Amino acid sequence: MTAQPLIRADRVSMQFTVGSSITRARRRVLTAVDQVSLDIHRGETFGLVGESGCGKTTLGRLLVRLYRPTSGTILYDGQDITSLTPQQMMPLRRKMQMIFQDPYASLDPRMTVSTIIAEPLRRTDMDRARVDARVRELLTLVGLDENHARRYPHEFSGGQRQRIGIARALAAGPEFIVCDEPISALDVSIQAQVVNMLEELQQRLGFTYLFVSHDLSMVRHISHRVGVMYLGHMVEMAPVDELFTHMAHPYTQALMSAVPIADPDASAASQRIILQGDVPNPMAPPSGCPFRTRCPVVMPVCADQKPALLDIGGGHWVACHRVGT
Amino acid sequence: MQAQPDAAAYEFIPEAERKAAEQLSRPSLSYWQDAWRRLKKDKLAMLGLAFVALMGLMAIFGPLFSPYAYDYSDFSAISQGPSAKHWFGTDALGRDLFVRILYGARISLAIGLVSALVNMIIGVVYGGVAGFVGGRTDNIMMRIVDILIALPSLLYIVILMMFMGSNIRSILIALCISSWVGTARITRSQVVSLKQQEYVLSARLAGASNWEILIRHLLPNSMGPVIVSVTFLIPSAIFSEAFLSFLGIGIQKPMASWGSLANDAIETLRSAPYQMFFPVAAISLTMFSLNFIGDGLRDALDPRLRK
Ligand SMILES: Nc1ncnc2c1ncn2[C@@H]1O[C@H](COP(=O)(O)OP(=O)(O)O)[C@@H](O)[C@H]1O
Ligand code: SF4
Ligand SMILES: [Mg+2]
Repeated sequence: MTAQPLIRADRVSMQFTVGSSITRARRRVLTAVDQVSLDIHRGETFGLVGESGCGKTTLGRLLVRLYRPTSGTILYDGQDITSLTPQQMMPLRRKMQMIFQDPYASLDPRMTVSTIIAEPLRRTDMDRARVDARVRELLTLVGLDENHARRYPHEFSGGQRQRIGIARALAAGPEFIVCDEPISALDVSIQAQVVNMLEELQQRLGFTYLFVSHDLSMVRHISHRVGVMYLGHMVEMAPVDELFTHMAHPYTQALMSAVPIADPDASAASQRIILQGDVPNPMAPPSGCPFRTRCPVVMPVCADQKPALLDIGGGHWVACHRVGT
Repeated sequence: MQAQPDAAAYEFIPEAERKAAEQLSRPSLSYWQDAWRRLKKDKLAMLGLAFVALMGLMAIFGPLFSPYAYDYSDFSAISQGPSAKHWFGTDALGRDLFVRILYGARISLAIGLVSALVNMIIGVVYGGVAGFVGGRTDNIMMRIVDILIALPSLLYIVILMMFMGSNIRSILIALCISSWVGTARITRSQVVSLKQQEYVLSARLAGASNWEILIRHLLPNSMGPVIVSVTFLIPSAIFSEAFLSFLGIGIQKPMASWGSLANDAIETLRSAPYQMFFPVAAISLTMFSLNFIGDGLRDALDPRLRK
């Protein structure tokens, strides 16, 4: 994969200001994503894992420019989209879409399914008949009945709603789709169906995915490469088999050991590591390595210097003073 | 090599199948049709609606068919009780009370409707903008609302009326200044909570502008509570007018509103209590009806109850 990546994030950070906006005194800055760099190539699925609150959703929203990064640059297909205004983003909007975590909150309850799916087509020059036909095609594509077009979201189950959300994301013909925990709100029996559908669509239509999930086995199943986040930082990133067999970062090891993975190769990390303490407050992150307050193998240097994300060979990147060099 | 995503790739359903599926689909109810269907099931709300509609029709057309003018005095028939000639009797100046109550209904209902409409427009726009823009703008706009709410509205209504004179226009202005703030607050809190919803982000991804997001998604989804609060504003405006007129600073003679009719009846309360009864009954029944309608709408417009 030496071609130009479809998505390139270069030291992207996102800070939120929390607290009252009139009295500046109680304002605090929360760094949700801290200097994250990554490439995602065309046709690839990049899996993103990490505990809740580590910044996965924020990173996904940054990559499709729902948020404007506080610093860093984002390239889409070689084009710098970091500071495009919403108007300037318009022509690119149809190319990048998102499938949301909550299939209940992501569909406007006042709109019919056909209006929801057709919304991304409003800015195209398609006439009504073509739009209607497209809506029915999309419904069939995601395994729903065409007769569902005039119904309202509340008439559907969670799995069906997620399919509606997927149909909408596909409406404008996207290239890059952020799947933000698309299955975590669904029944286990439906999860596999939806994931299989996403894979099938990818094979047929060549989509590029950022697949966010905390279900490690699902991530392993669907991803080509995987990134691990902790407290806004990308701490490890590697091709999927490499990561699951030779995980190098102490946090990744702890994360993996917490879930039983049915895999004989993973014997190296089969011992269960239990992390001490809680995730630090993102408004007051620790100095140096973000993981040092819970790291079982912490060293004195970890408090002074933030470890850089370095390539330890074979596209395996790790940010830890104990690894590499 | 991966295939490029291509619009044509989606089109694989034969035309014939598409037609067949089209015929199967039966019309599904729109949001408003559905709400109306559920409102119809609410007996009290329908009763209230029927009463208000009847009152409205009688207010518009009733006086046209009455043999008496609202300001015609028949001095041979002063303070006569209800009879076949004068259904609700006559007042102390020999005027027909029935036609005066219908005439009063015109004024009371018009004041209720107009002030509710103005309140809704000002409140929805003000609250919608404050909630959507957020930040400092929102803060300043809502502090102004807080101040307006903190002032006792009756006080400045009375002051305003003393400066502008006692007529319908100044009553309307006074009522509109005082009560849009509630609608603004409701709309704002709706918009603030709704704009965090993922479907708003999703609309942005679909290429919607700020304005489209506000108009297409946020305001329609805020409408339920807003309409309910406006429905409750109508009776409170009617009551405020009645109260002002009752105090003698509202509608001036020979015009009549329900409040001024009740005021006129005070002097003759002992000798002719019916003169008090009819206007008060009109006020009470209308207020009850509108409150029933408001309750019914609240249930009918709640998306969580939709079936
Ligand atoms: N709009 C926002 N305003 C303030 N803080 C936010 C906002 N969105 C996310 N955060 C904070 O940023 C951090 C990362 O959140 P998020 O990206 O949602 O994590 P994840 O998806 O991994 O659970 C959390 O601490 C969260 O509270
Ligand atoms: S840098 Fe230090 S604290 Fe951070 S993970 Fe490595 S060993 Fe642990
Ligand atoms: Mg998330």
